[in-house]
Amino acid sequence: MTFVDYYKILGIDKSATPKDIKNAYRKLARKYHPDLNPHDQDAKKNFQQINEANEVLSDPEKRAKYDQYGQEQSSNSHGARYSDTSFEENFSDFFESMFGGSAGSGRSRQVKFRGEDYNAELHLDLIDAYKTHKQKLTVNGKNIRITIPAGIENGQTIKISGYGGPGINGGPNGDLYITFSIANHPKIKRLGNNLYSTVDLDLYTAVLGGEITMDTLNGKVKLKVKAETQNGSKIKLNGKGFPVYKNEGHFGDLYVTYTIKIPINLTDKQKVLFTELSKS
Amino acid sequence: MQTGYFIAVDEFCANHNIEISFITSLQQTGLIEITTIKETGFIDASQLQQLEKFIRFYYELDINLEGIETIIHLLKRITSLQNEIIALKNRLRLYETNE
Repeated sequence: MTFVDYYKILGIDKSATPKDIKNAYRKLARKYHPDLNPHDQDAKKNFQQINEANEVLSDPEKRAKYDQYGQEQSSNSHGARYSDTSFEENFSDFFESMFGGSAGSGRSRQVKFRGEDYNAELHLDLIDAYKTHKQKLTVNGKNIRITIPAGIENGQTIKISGYGGPGINGGPNGDLYITFSIANHPKIKRLGNNLYSTVDLDLYTAVLGGEITMDTLNGKVKLKVKAETQNGSKIKLNGKGFPVYKNEGHFGDLYVTYTIKIPINLTDKQKVLFTELSKS
Repeated sequence: MQTGYFIAVDEFCANHNIEISFITSLQQTGLIEITTIKETGFIDASQLQQLEKFIRFYYELDINLEGIETIIHLLKRITSLQNEIIALKNRLRLYETNE
């Protein structure tokens, strides 16, 4: 078992008075409290550590037991392992082995508090986000089935009430916050509810006009290309964009940019024709 | 956003072991709203999560009301800036090339 230096965690020495401990704890708690650092997992871990250190050092009985154990460890220092970096995993194990129960169980104010909020990240591709669908998740051993509405944004967070940590002293459970990470599509870009795509156009269709077929997230669409279409010109397809979040039947627009491809490997005859054309 | 579910202030204070004056001070600084029905103060359930946060600030972290007001203001700014970052990142994706 790795020995955890609670004094070091609170930044105080062994002669610290109860007032020193309280001040050190308050100072660090103000820095790392989860309420002040929402969605910051490092701050949450730090807060757990300082909370545990405070729980031991602010209780005279626990502190005496801890100090005695610390002295024994330092006199047998060959076998003892001190840690200030690797204790995240076994921090509570150390506490439990010394005092039993988990940190936080000895709260002096028996107040009902809601449990902690959990955060999770869910990866989707653009096609998944295009349609409302159900997905199964496992969060802290609990299976959850959620419905993801079409139109969810990259970076958007939704709240699933009651699926966070258990409440303290009978308080309600915390909430689960799921943040969506939506991968880029190889051909279609999204900004809000609008989609942006680039379509290659051969020179002859661009000059003379014609009809082409392009892929969208909702199947193929036919496009009429106007004669004399310029390279880089854009067209807007109304209502062919991304579904509007929680607004069924409403869609953004699709913007198509034409990239005109100049023919290569021209035959001699083609070169002659282009030369004639250039002189006309 | 009001839920229509109300909890009596004195009942809440008894449950949480806090003074009623603390809730009154929060109301006076505009951090929470109290609805008075037949001379009894009630808190809408939608405010509970925020209120419990204020309790932790005040009683656990020893932060006074002015400090709580400042923190709430700054947390709102952080949230707004984080949303702006997400929106800008999404806009940047328009210019990213797919390798």
